[in-house]
Amino acid sequence: MSESILADDLHVCLCHGCGQTCDLRESAHECVRCGAPLHRRKTNPIARGWAFLFAALIFYIPANVLPVMRTEMLGQGSDSTIGGGVLEFWEAGAWDIALIIFIASIGVPAIKFCSLALLLITAQRRSSWARRQRSQLFRFVELIGYWSMLDVMVVALVAALVQLHGLGTIEPRPGILFFGMVVVLTMFSAMSFDPRLIWDSPSQQGERSDGAGD
Amino acid sequence: MTHLHELIVCEYCDAVYHRTPLLRHQSARCTRCGGVLYRHNSLSVEQRLALSVTGGVLLIFANAYPVMTISMKGISNSATLWDAVMVLSSGSITFIALVLALAIIFAPILQIAVLCWVLGFAMRGHRAPGFAGCMQALEKLRPWSMLEVCLLGAMVAVIKLAGLLDVIPGIGLIALAALSMLLIYVAGRDIRDLWGQV
Repeated sequence: MSESILADDLHVCLCHGCGQTCDLRESAHECVRCGAPLHRRKTNPIARGWAFLFAALIFYIPANVLPVMRTEMLGQGSDSTIGGGVLEFWEAGAWDIALIIFIASIGVPAIKFCSLALLLITAQRRSSWARRQRSQLFRFVELIGYWSMLDVMVVALVAALVQLHGLGTIEPRPGILFFGMVVVLTMFSAMSFDPRLIWDSPSQQGERSDGAGD
Repeated sequence: MTHLHELIVCEYCDAVYHRTPLLRHQSARCTRCGGVLYRHNSLSVEQRLALSVTGGVLLIFANAYPVMTISMKGISNSATLWDAVMVLSSGSITFIALVLALAIIFAPILQIAVLCWVLGFAMRGHRAPGFAGCMQALEKLRPWSMLEVCLLGAMVAVIKLAGLLDVIPGIGLIALAALSMLLIYVAGRDIRDLWGQV
């Protein structure tokens, strides 16, 4: 839809702090209403996006390999990992709970990694493929972002509750730290990506990139 | 050129539109990328303030009372949100306790406090001291406030433990459920309308 009027055509810019439309000729660096810095494009969106995404991928390994909690019941101790928790519910017949935990702790991070990588690669190539769908994909990643914190909350609550001396205790284990880091880092990755890059056409990119750094 | 406040820029693709008033339950969408530009705001300042004060009361209940209590062979133990944060803070994983504390305790407290402050002044028709900073804080805090995730987490924890021992949901859990829904409603994106109202 090339008939849309773009912000650059009118020399205006959206303030991400308050949603005000700001005239760049009036004030080029600060929003006149709330004082937040103005960016026509976010700073280094692609480099930052990749950096956070790779860091998250690295942490994803210990998050799944290391145990997330240790259960001691009547003298017997056992460590459990994220995948182990899902299996436990599945084998116990609670397939619905297993599904919720599977989606939140394995599905959502995997979808996020794939989607962010796809968005970053296509934005890097200035592709004009499926722009509308990629915009929707970005909003979806933004929306599901923090639901992976579910596991951290479950482990924290369960460990806080099960402190029955002599009978049973549950303690958190380092896996949960890495798991939480994956969630936080993918959130940062999505926040540093600029969805407006999806719509920049190759010809406009050159003239726009000069203003992107401020 | 038309006045700038009549224009709205799509945050996802930079297309520019004229603002038009919306009816109840309507939202304006970008024709280019499909993103939501803005929604109809059905809450007045008074209603927002009332809901924020309610949120403050719920916040006290959610933090002061245990979320759950478990019992087994006569021994019982209960946990509040703060206990859940503290159990993670021991040992080498302290960092995640900070993230959790922000997500389920500090971000909601700050959101409610800032909302009450800003709306209290807005009721009398003027901007609160530090208005711009407060509004920016609300924008920054939104992605880190995760009470609704905590609510689902509490439900999963109930089911996880129910097979092993007796689990009794506490007052904290009910307050948590109400507060998480209320925060989505009252601290959402359309709080930006205040810029035009005061």
